[in-house]
Amino acid sequence: MSRVGVFLCLCGKNIGGTVDVTALGEAARQMLGVAHVEDATYLCSHPGQEQIREAIRTHRLTAAVVAACSPTMHEATFRRAAASVGLNPYLVEMANVREQCSWVHRDVHAATAKAIDLVRMAAARVLRSEPLYPLTVPVTRRALVIGGGIAGMQAALDIAANDQEVVLVERGPSLGGRMAQLSETFPTLDCSQCILTPKTVEVAQNEKVRLLTCAEVESVSGYIGNFQVTVRLRPRYVDAERCTGCGQCEADCPVGKSGMVRSEFEAGLPQSHRSAIYRLFPQAVPNTPVLDPETCLYFQKGTCQVCSRVCPTGAINYDDQPRTETLAVGAIVVATGLEPVSPGIYGEFGGGRYPDVITGLQFERLLSASGPTGGEVRRPSDGRVPQRVVFVQCVGSRDPAKRLPHCSKVCCMATAKHATLYRHKVPGGEAVVFYTDIRSPGKGYEEFVRRAIEEEGALYLRGRVSKVYPEGDHLKVLGADTLSGEPMPLTADLVVLAMGLVASPGARELAQRLGASVDEQGFFTEAHPKLRPLESFVPGIFLAGACQGPKDIPDAVAQASGAAAKVSALLARSEFAREPVIARVEERTCTGCRACIEACPYEAIEEVEVATAKGSRLVAHVTEGKCQGCGVCAGVCRSHSIDLAGFTDQEVAAQIAGASP
Amino acid sequence: MTSMAAPAERAPATPGTAQGFEPRLVAFVCTWCTYQAADLAGTTRLPYASNVRIVRVPCTGRLSAEMLLHAFTFGADGVLVSGCHPNDCHYASGNLAARRRWIVFARLLGFLGIPQERVRFAWVSASEGRKWADLVNAVVRDLQEVGPFTDYHHLQRRTAAL
Amino acid sequence: MRTGYYPGCSLQGSAAEFDISVRAMAEGLGDELVEVADWSCCGATAAHALSRDLGLALPARNLALARQQGFAEVLAPCAACSNRLQVTASTLAEDARTRDRIEDIVEMPLGQTPRVWNLVQYLQAHGLDALRERVSRPLAGLRLACYYGCLLLRPEKRLGFDDPEQPASMEAVLQALGAEPVEWPLRNECCGGGFTISKPEAVLRLAGALLQDACAHGAQALVAACPMCHANLDMRQRAIERALRRRLRAPVYYLSEVVAWALGVPASRLALGKHLVRTPEPDALVAATAGGT
Repeated sequence: MSRVGVFLCLCGKNIGGTVDVTALGEAARQMLGVAHVEDATYLCSHPGQEQIREAIRTHRLTAAVVAACSPTMHEATFRRAAASVGLNPYLVEMANVREQCSWVHRDVHAATAKAIDLVRMAAARVLRSEPLYPLTVPVTRRALVIGGGIAGMQAALDIAANDQEVVLVERGPSLGGRMAQLSETFPTLDCSQCILTPKTVEVAQNEKVRLLTCAEVESVSGYIGNFQVTVRLRPRYVDAERCTGCGQCEADCPVGKSGMVRSEFEAGLPQSHRSAIYRLFPQAVPNTPVLDPETCLYFQKGTCQVCSRVCPTGAINYDDQPRTETLAVGAIVVATGLEPVSPGIYGEFGGGRYPDVITGLQFERLLSASGPTGGEVRRPSDGRVPQRVVFVQCVGSRDPAKRLPHCSKVCCMATAKHATLYRHKVPGGEAVVFYTDIRSPGKGYEEFVRRAIEEEGALYLRGRVSKVYPEGDHLKVLGADTLSGEPMPLTADLVVLAMGLVASPGARELAQRLGASVDEQGFFTEAHPKLRPLESFVPGIFLAGACQGPKDIPDAVAQASGAAAKVSALLARSEFAREPVIARVEERTCTGCRACIEACPYEAIEEVEVATAKGSRLVAHVTEGKCQGCGVCAGVCRSHSIDLAGFTDQEVAAQIAGASP
Repeated sequence: MTSMAAPAERAPATPGTAQGFEPRLVAFVCTWCTYQAADLAGTTRLPYASNVRIVRVPCTGRLSAEMLLHAFTFGADGVLVSGCHPNDCHYASGNLAARRRWIVFARLLGFLGIPQERVRFAWVSASEGRKWADLVNAVVRDLQEVGPFTDYHHLQRRTAAL
Repeated sequence: MRTGYYPGCSLQGSAAEFDISVRAMAEGLGDELVEVADWSCCGATAAHALSRDLGLALPARNLALARQQGFAEVLAPCAACSNRLQVTASTLAEDARTRDRIEDIVEMPLGQTPRVWNLVQYLQAHGLDALRERVSRPLAGLRLACYYGCLLLRPEKRLGFDDPEQPASMEAVLQALGAEPVEWPLRNECCGGGFTISKPEAVLRLAGALLQDACAHGAQALVAACPMCHANLDMRQRAIERALRRRLRAPVYYLSEVVAWALGVPASRLALGKHLVRTPEPDALVAATAGGT
């Protein structure tokens, strides 16, 4: 005989302020199978949970309905409470009367009527539920980190510090990511490469970390604790074992001497160039060059081969081939970072058209001692030192018209840094910054900006720029100063655009392979924006660094360490308990039509022979470990012979019927 | 046991909607995308029509034609099915399996006397709270114009579980 | 091709030469322009500044008439007219409630409104290759500055036929005619528009900057596709010269005049003499180049 307990949470005023909980309680008492109804102000609190436990015991409840917030918030909480007094946790059903009722409907009558329906639906459903028991699956105690920037490296090192194996897959030829391209970092003005390179060396030397460069994740299958990842390794054309990093090939490559190929590391600056065989920067780890067949004379025309002639150890291998490797890992950390938006989308600024209109990252390369100008600020057009540099903030940020509505978080600080460093290098020069707001919330950040203004003498004008165009040797900048209400047309020698930041190219495709979601700008979506910022929606796949949203280095590092902690917790066990929401076959009615086998996205169903009176026949059989609980099989089955535990046909039908008063 | 009573009065009119017929909308949504979007609409306090009753499933691929019919039997004037965008399904391709079946179901439902405008399919991802609210409002408005659907109510007395 | 023709108010008045040259140009292209019967003012910039409904109803009436008269496409050479007609068509297509209200006001159904073209879109629709083939008097390297102004390109969301910040459609047309359009940054900046009446010093400043910029980048003449722009650049040029204390003498063609001339229409059928700044036939300017300017 079923005895359902209905527990109504007022959630303070969140529910109680809109839903008439008294009327809801009265209606619940009339519902079929309901033996007991009570309410509380905060059911998720300790006293609230105690209340539930006590009620289950006292009233000998056989199932429970909790009308409260979303199950994504507290289903686990209430299930644990029930289990602690001997009620199977899968006999607890939540009615979402907060996120999907009291918070979105203002009219008390409408909200209450809906809450009553939702409770009735949950009660009807739970009457059809069966007890379920968790499954355990083995855990592969190895982690995969995708991305070798500061976040990826930090995560890898922290996981390794827990004595767990890590494979770090980096798309480029060496570690470092965006941080390697920076000159100095705010607010300390530390040399970026100086603080970065020790980390890259640590990663390369760590015994627990296996580093794969020129490598990309091609496919991912499996599930938490048991992922199979295929990694595609591009040919480097240089044997890392033999290469000593002497750099002779790079120095002697005729493509480098011709200056025809711009360097991607130098953010495409006109003054920059690289060889066809190159390292991203001199301290790159691994210090092995990579050969780019698109620009190599041997690969394009069959000539040259200078590099193999000058290499003292014969490390050049033109016959190198791509290969794939499959890895078994238990957890994945995504750390694929970000990239600046192309300035070309703003025709009015002439970025990409006028050589002296450059991006913040390009300016960073001009400032860098290892950059194409040796750290001297020089105009791309004529190499002269600019006497007035105008910085324009928010180009490609906070702009809904260009579908880039977000704030890129770090540009205010980066621009203050650029203005400061320019003034250090060109003491007589003028730095003018057109800003919308100044966002400097971090530790020492506000002070850094004030220093730029008060001590370094950067002129900050609140206003946007409508157009930049060449006028003679200079650039005309049509800005505005909204605080004085005056248009501010200026003549500049160099214009630096603080470009908005979006996810790295390929983020969306990678997310699809992982089964994770991204937002419109390609940033990975976290499981909960407030409380679960380090996890994706896919169990076992974690997020670290700017791939989840623009952020500065301290936040990226912190997030990486946090993600690593979660990974380590997962990999600490050799077994993992998972939800028993899996498919089950009723062999007696299965006709062996294979519809479920074809429909299953995880290849978790196979045909098996069962004995009959007259011999044998084929029926479906579910491999529990592989089943992910999607229910597609149950949806396609024509004979209703396969059902999904936890979402059975009976449960769903009862819930639908319960919607009708 | 299923309810023996005929569908009682409609949801009271939501403020701002036209007086008169308030349709009942049953929405089948997937746990990973649309359900999260509906929650997000809640956390951001976006108001929308209260006519909708959500039935959550792990994936829209779980759904069968019988479930839609069941909804119409038990008082729905319209049904909404919403899952993840193509290529974004939490279960790889579950939403596409659902989509493929619907092409067949559409004809079946037509044969069974259910007008096409009463069954809507949508793709709402977890971050699209506003899209969910707008979708519900739009579907409710459309159903208000189409009117009530009582053709299947007589099956209530005869229908046990599926 | 039979195209509807909406001259608009200025082409009947101060921009008569625009009207004359557009008709001549259409003939040169073998196209029949049929004026929309009973057309009325589109409201230009005045109506929509006063009332949203008025700003939509005035153009809507003309769209409804054009549809009634069986036109699939309508050429509206004036940039303001084509802007208002296109913006109205686009707005009413996406907002059913407003559309119903406007249909009530104009007392005519809108249905599927005809496509409205500005002059550049009209030429694009003909196809640049077709244009090239019909050229009998190539513009032989004439350095022209294409002036777009504001209303041809914006709002991008509704007009969307060229990049509003770095447009190239007019240059493509002139290149097909053999000319050499110059690159000049201010080609999509405002000429001052209607302030020519209420605050002429603004026009002197803005249009003055345009003329100087075009000349500084080597233009022998400017090309405009809007009667207001043409008025500010041509009619006001003397006043600009006085204000700048600088001799400009920069001829300003209408795009239709240049195209018509290149297609072989005799100059006597164009009305270059109606310009205030002396505007010779294009070959005279080319000769001046050859002479070593």
